[in-house]
Amino acid sequence: MPTLKRTEVLTDVRTHYCPGCGHGIAHRLVAEVIEELGIRERTIAIAPVGCAVLMYDYFNCDMTECAHGRPPAMATGIKRVQPDKIVFTYQGDGDLAAIGTAETIHAANRGENITVIFINNAIYGMTGGQMAPTTLTGMRSTTSQDGRGKHGEGPPLKVCELLRSLDGVCYLERTAVSTPKDVNAAKRAIKKAFQNQIDGKGFSLVEVLSMCPTDWKLSTAQSVDFVNNEMKEAFPLGVYKDKG
Amino acid sequence: MNKVHFDKHRCKGCGMCVLFCPQKILRLSDELNDQGFSYPQVSDPDRCTACGLCFRMCPDCAIEVDKDGVKISDKKETTDLAK
Repeated sequence: MPTLKRTEVLTDVRTHYCPGCGHGIAHRLVAEVIEELGIRERTIAIAPVGCAVLMYDYFNCDMTECAHGRPPAMATGIKRVQPDKIVFTYQGDGDLAAIGTAETIHAANRGENITVIFINNAIYGMTGGQMAPTTLTGMRSTTSQDGRGKHGEGPPLKVCELLRSLDGVCYLERTAVSTPKDVNAAKRAIKKAFQNQIDGKGFSLVEVLSMCPTDWKLSTAQSVDFVNNEMKEAFPLGVYKDKG
Repeated sequence: MNKVHFDKHRCKGCGMCVLFCPQKILRLSDELNDQGFSYPQVSDPDRCTACGLCFRMCPDCAIEVDKDGVKISDKKETTDLAK
């Protein structure tokens, strides 16, 4: 059996992510999928604003940085001008589900042939733990100190459920990176989302529930438990749409 | 012989590998790396089955697992953007 080691699609640079952050695992999964599909030379990735803002330093493929929330719009442009390229966006919940909601929904509705990797950690990480659209009901953050829902914040926004009704969407799956089983399932989902684009099937989005020990103010083990016990209850894992 | 190699310079001491090691043979070091983090060490290499769960759960790609038991070649130093 082969040696398990870092894929060459990731650069030999230390990431800036906090200890225990799920971004590193998600990065590795995306990079391994790009390597396995043999598409590194024709992949263009779009970095978001948020914790993953510096991901262009970590990926060994063509990358661009984008205004906050606009990766699906930029991906639309790149894919339409260069349809032979594989274009994917990598976005957090503040980027995709807050300021970028319009771009996300309209790109999905148009059925753009792009791949979206959506990291959901239920909080604004980079700016210091403010409430995100995906923050769980009752969850404390710096801007929901009594727990979300006490002051009219409403329930968390569920992106996969929201996009499911759009005819242009090809594939939606919610996964996690909090257990080895979930990591393997997330990799399969990400691979399918890229394969869909290669096959020209249309808009694919993979949501990844991820840990944020720093802003949740939990240890690594506690934040893994938080994803497994609380986030998976609010955001059930599974395939939400697959037009095949 | 160690089947698992830890790049202590990449490690941030989160402990995910320690948490998910099914053999429970990993522990975080008392020493700190150049970033000020503890890093994992194998307490009982003979019990390691090279299952690779530590590699799969490591957020920092700081782990290599040699599934054939072949010695892993010398690693080059990790590039640090801050330098």
